[in-house]
Amino acid sequence: MTFDQWLALFAGIVGGALRVGVPFLFVSLGECLTEKSGRINLGLEGVLVLSSMSAFGGAYVSGSPWVGVLAGAVAGGLLAALHGMLCALPRVNDVATGIALMLLGTGLAFYFGKPLIQPQAPQIPAIELGQWSDSSAVRAALQVNMLLPVGLLLAVLLWWGFKRTRYGLLVRMAGDSANAARALGYSVGGIRLAATTLGGVIAGLGGASLTLFYPGSWNEGISSGQGLIAVALVIFARWSPLRCIGAAALFGGAGAIGPALQSVGINWGYHLFNTVPYVLTLLILVLTCRPGSVAQGSPGELSSNR
Amino acid sequence: MMALRDTLKDIALPVLAICAALLVFGLLVTFAGVNPLDVWLLLFKGAFGDWFSWQNTLQRAAPLMLTALCVAVPARAGLVIIGGEGALVLGGLACAVLSHAVPLPNNIAGTVLVCAAGAAAGALWIALAGWLRQYRGINETISSLLLAYIAIGLFKHLVEGPLRDPSSLNKPSTYALPEGMRIGGILGSDVHWGLMLGVLACVALGVWTRWTVSGFSVRVVGGNPRAAQLVGLPASRLILLACALGGACAGLAGAVEVAAVHTSANASLIAAYGYAGILVSFIARHHPVAIIPVAILFGGFGAAGSLLQRRLGLPDASVLVLQGIAFVLILASEALRDVDWKLLRPRLVRAAGPKEGNPAMKDKAA
Repeated sequence: MTFDQWLALFAGIVGGALRVGVPFLFVSLGECLTEKSGRINLGLEGVLVLSSMSAFGGAYVSGSPWVGVLAGAVAGGLLAALHGMLCALPRVNDVATGIALMLLGTGLAFYFGKPLIQPQAPQIPAIELGQWSDSSAVRAALQVNMLLPVGLLLAVLLWWGFKRTRYGLLVRMAGDSANAARALGYSVGGIRLAATTLGGVIAGLGGASLTLFYPGSWNEGISSGQGLIAVALVIFARWSPLRCIGAAALFGGAGAIGPALQSVGINWGYHLFNTVPYVLTLLILVLTCRPGSVAQGSPGELSSNR
Repeated sequence: MMALRDTLKDIALPVLAICAALLVFGLLVTFAGVNPLDVWLLLFKGAFGDWFSWQNTLQRAAPLMLTALCVAVPARAGLVIIGGEGALVLGGLACAVLSHAVPLPNNIAGTVLVCAAGAAAGALWIALAGWLRQYRGINETISSLLLAYIAIGLFKHLVEGPLRDPSSLNKPSTYALPEGMRIGGILGSDVHWGLMLGVLACVALGVWTRWTVSGFSVRVVGGNPRAAQLVGLPASRLILLACALGGACAGLAGAVEVAAVHTSANASLIAAYGYAGILVSFIARHHPVAIIPVAILFGGFGAAGSLLQRRLGLPDASVLVLQGIAFVLILASEALRDVDWKLLRPRLVRAAGPKEGNPAMKDKAA
């Protein structure tokens, strides 16, 4: 391989980390917020698919990408709210509900998204960070989604919110000890519903960045498990919004290896390289989980801990 | 009496939930400008209307039964496994590869061997998820789904690369199964013997969980891990056994799909039977024998899906939406289980007619 090819490969992976990492960042922040309140939302996969369809549809119909972003966030919030309400029922388990919402969200997205497969929707404008370089590969790689700074800001905001604000403390209390929250007279169900819904809104922004930024189209293979990987990402980030940033970048980069290799003309093992994020997730879980003990930093009320 | 009432609820709640799901689905299609009555009629006709649709339904029910078992059996041991799709594609691949790589008898003995290979591949894959949970403490729901994505990637890589039959141009496939090893139809129909395998597996595993020592032990481990520990049951081994049995069923489903329908392993094998099986198992309350009718029902909905698309112009994802609604309502219906209807009735009556004079209330008012 020549120097230019190496550069293109490297740029492809970095570009992928910046591009693919954005949906990962939003979904993992959404999942982080949900889990902090003591509930798992496996349905974020469904939320992601539904919101990416809604965002694309909203942008296509209105002609403005930002209306699309809003539509994605609202759709994500609604589906997550359904999860929150179902889980509040007696005898209903959050893992099973998550699986059901995965199916429902995907189904609804495919059902309403059928007429959206062909058309083009207006895209979220890019921030050009690569003007200093002569290489077109580098410049293409450093075109950054405008939602990325929003995501970074949100991560900091969540981190600060959990640490410093009354609402953050309430969410953490509901997640660590429901009884303590109840004893202080707060409604644990209400806190969890709010956290789950807000988590869905945040994940919906991730869905919007899937369809409204490069490659920027809606199709039925738009998300392949990013919503689920987010659950593992949050474990890897030990429930810290700030560490979610690094985790998302790592996974975005891992997911970009296959396409980056293809772009420099290496077609061998395309599908194998596409499994790298999943393998990486499993490896990380193997390294971070211990049988019979609870992962460090994990909220005490999570059903996965029991 | 108590047990009878529980069984009654076990049947009534899912039936109620499915009816409600059909109702909600009807409401949804009204927005698309379609008469819900037409939809319900077509769903029934496309699923069970005539012999042709019955054949289609039963053909789809066969893999559904087996993939549902991949959820149900581990669920008996207390695990939520949702990666049946991965076991299915690897089972299909193992079946196709073995028939080509090793000279096998070109008859029913060969069929048995390739199906066993498929089952073994599936068993190993799901047992891996069980192992990761027991010995590494990894949540099996997440790991089994990640393993499914890995299996599908592996499958695509192998089918489009090293194991590809060079003559399959448009649709990369492995070498086709020899004629003699394929699974034929029952009595000349389109319904293949895989259906029989599915039913047998459901019944056999039903008997196993209900009446054998190891099956009972698995249920103890799933129902009350602490009790299992106290009586010294080998929990890890039993959980691995349950996972392997479930995985073997899903792997068998893949092998049967290859041997009876596709004749070689290719992308058509990835048809989401693994995911639909999760729903079937949850509706059947993870009861192996109850899986049989539920799988036939949802096989029917699947069969009717193309009819909805052709006749009414609904998107092909309609069935997926119906499945999703049914899944949500099935889970929600569990909340009704604890409601004591006998206590509720007088309360409702009272709420409906407070004026008619409930002595207790009159006293309070006075």
